[in-house]
Amino acid sequence: MQAEHIDIAQFLSDHAPFDDLPEVAINKLASQIEIAYFRAGTEILNYGDDIADLYVIRTGAVEMYRRDGELYNRLTVGGIFGQMGLLMNRKVRFPAKALEDTLVYCINVELFNQYCDEYEPFADFFEADGNVRLHQAIVEQADSNDLTTAKVKSLLHRDVVTVAKDATVQFVAQLMTQESVSSVLVTDADKPISDDPDDDDGQVVGIITDRDLRSSVIAQGLSYEAHAQQIMQTDLVLLDSNAYVFEAVLAMLRDNIHHLPVVIKKKPIGVISLSDILRYESQSSLLLVRGILAQQSVEDLAYYARQLPNVFVRMVNEDANSHMIGTAMAVIGRTFKQRLLDLAEEKFGPPPVPYCFIALGSMARDEQLIVTDQDNAIILDNSFDESLHDAYFQKLADFVCDGLAECGYKYCDGEIMASFKKWRLTREQWQEQFASWIAEPKPQALLHSSIFFDLDGVYGKTKWAEELKRFIAKEGRSNKRFLANMAANARNRTPPLGFFKDFVLEHNGQHKRSMNLKRRGTAPLSDVIRVHALAIGSRKQNSFERLEDIIDAKLLPEGKAQDLRDALEYIAMIRIRHQAWQIEKLDEAPDNDLEPHLLSPFEQRNLKEAFAILDKAQNFLKFRYSANSGVK
Amino acid sequence: MTSNSAKQNWPARYKALSATSRHPCIQHFYQSAVNDLNLPISEVPLVALDFETTGLNFDKDDIVSVGLVPFTSKRIYCKDSAHWLVQPRQKLDEESIVIHGITHSELTGAPDFSSIIEPLLAALAGKVIVVHFAPIERHFLYQALNARLGEGLEFAVIDTLELERRALKAKQGLLGRLFNSKLGSVRLADSRTRYSLPAYQNHNALNDAIATAELLQAQLAYHYRPDTELSQLWF
Repeated sequence: MQAEHIDIAQFLSDHAPFDDLPEVAINKLASQIEIAYFRAGTEILNYGDDIADLYVIRTGAVEMYRRDGELYNRLTVGGIFGQMGLLMNRKVRFPAKALEDTLVYCINVELFNQYCDEYEPFADFFEADGNVRLHQAIVEQADSNDLTTAKVKSLLHRDVVTVAKDATVQFVAQLMTQESVSSVLVTDADKPISDDPDDDDGQVVGIITDRDLRSSVIAQGLSYEAHAQQIMQTDLVLLDSNAYVFEAVLAMLRDNIHHLPVVIKKKPIGVISLSDILRYESQSSLLLVRGILAQQSVEDLAYYARQLPNVFVRMVNEDANSHMIGTAMAVIGRTFKQRLLDLAEEKFGPPPVPYCFIALGSMARDEQLIVTDQDNAIILDNSFDESLHDAYFQKLADFVCDGLAECGYKYCDGEIMASFKKWRLTREQWQEQFASWIAEPKPQALLHSSIFFDLDGVYGKTKWAEELKRFIAKEGRSNKRFLANMAANARNRTPPLGFFKDFVLEHNGQHKRSMNLKRRGTAPLSDVIRVHALAIGSRKQNSFERLEDIIDAKLLPEGKAQDLRDALEYIAMIRIRHQAWQIEKLDEAPDNDLEPHLLSPFEQRNLKEAFAILDKAQNFLKFRYSANSGVK
Repeated sequence: MTSNSAKQNWPARYKALSATSRHPCIQHFYQSAVNDLNLPISEVPLVALDFETTGLNFDKDDIVSVGLVPFTSKRIYCKDSAHWLVQPRQKLDEESIVIHGITHSELTGAPDFSSIIEPLLAALAGKVIVVHFAPIERHFLYQALNARLGEGLEFAVIDTLELERRALKAKQGLLGRLFNSKLGSVRLADSRTRYSLPAYQNHNALNDAIATAELLQAQLAYHYRPDTELSQLWF
């Protein structure tokens, strides 16, 4: 006979996702459950064990850990765990431990799968049908108090703004302006909310965003008297107010949408936008970073890296500035290196002598964008013995550089990579190397200067990188000849402006008549800023941060450093938008070659202005840092 | 019948009983009984059993419902649980209705105990029976079977009430015993709170059987090692 388990059924019906199940399904589940008791402090799940159940906490509290022992999540009554193991490979992913005396209900995997098949909301809760890898990535980012445990309703900070479906688009625009929102929900009074007889607005049938006003009204020349329902987007993804923030992220990634209406039983209570989530997560790159650290092989990393362009495009669309995007991309690049080095050390064993893996160039400056080479090197302990230790570091460096290439970071044409023996030097050798570059600047040094003089410790003894930075700052600022050479070097790449302030275009591969925004824009600007930074002994690497130091040091005439900042930001943003547009609209590999006719006259004028600032700044270098100038 | 104080040699007793018993279900129960005294508790198949009765006088009162759930020290298997209502020979008095909420109308149409003998003994066979307060289940089951088959049933039990009393006594210590300090309640609900087990709303034989199973899991987790031998726990 099927015995009735009233208490268990009652408990389940009070907790998600069971509360959405029909009563008969809850009763059946209750009658099939297994129960287990765990005393406080005992292990419930051990990493790598087979797992055959979904766990629901009846009483008590459970902590989950990452493999490295870091606390991953803390759950209490009604909390659910084990789903990742069930969805992935039936192995425990996160060890679980009873924090208090804990009674758990166990639902075996056959039953779990059966319920996922039969009850859509149940499956949705676990996203069993979604992109499991992506899901895993998002879930693994979670700490106890962030995306996985936070509910979307906690992100709603204002009342919902709705309009009737027959409101005019002008009214919609006025309302959005007045309420300063970027989206409104459209309701249909003909579709009343069954549970709420007092509600006369009706159910949500669409959404209108800023972009719709632009693309569907202004661009189409639609009358301002047109109705909201003519321009609203109707393919809505509604989110329940109890949904978790990470589910919102998943929905946004999956459907490539930026606004999700939040409802309680079909009644709209607000809209979650991507920027809400980014603000909540404070640093969106954090999402990806945690995912990177969770990957277990180069293949997994390479697969994971494929979402990088989307992350980039998303940040651009959310109006992040170039510093934010550059930082995010650099953090991500750094994390790939760190994870690869972890994996390399797992594979080849611990290093025979301590070392520091350093990033060079744009990544060290936090100015890395989506198209980038890998520039890196290794600082070795002074006890390094080539005959004993070099084989290890060769293997390690090859593993990392090859891995980076698979993740989309192209090999460096200039051979500036740790896999080349000449760029694996001891601390002493590096100091000698920099000392000679500074004292005796040769053409080779000039070539390297823009890459090697931006460096950042990524992994291992990162303080050695700081040590080198200090050394460079100290030696560089007092050496006039060095600064003069760096200044001359910074004037090599001129902005693409002709004598009459028109754009000078180059023929470049398949891109006819384009200009390279990096080589002729952001890179020479960074070069100019670097010279000033070296002159004041700044140890900052990022160009914007260097400019702050330069402003503080009052090195440049009033307003000039600010001009440089604006010019760099403008050119960088044009470059970033160009790349995002290539990824998103053309579905082609992004590059730095811009055809200026794609810009509006207004943008063209601004860009020329920015290039003119670069031109003046380069001229100023000549005057400021001539080798025999007496001007301090 | 055995008493709490005398330590029964259950393997020997089961052997003797299986030779003299007549009814096939009872015989099967004795023959399949767990009879390894040294079996670690973590390997013992268990079944929690609970009766609701018309009263506490086992000469006069009768069983109205039976709940059971098989389990181990690690898992309780609800899907193999069972719950029967049976017709008592006496009418329910108002007092017992208040206790377990079973009313006359619910028992209308309930079968006589004889119809559940077979599934009940099959569910108990091969497992060690776990109860909270052994005399009730022991005496009522003996009487109910004796009345219908002409022979009763003797069985070893692990009594969670007894284990709780032991645990409280150990905690009380010598001084406590000398000064005769109060031991604390060993009622099922009170015992469960000591292990942070949830308070169940619905009291019926099945819920109480599950509650007893959970209590034993908790007691084992707190007071015993996984390799504690069966002989230490049953009587």
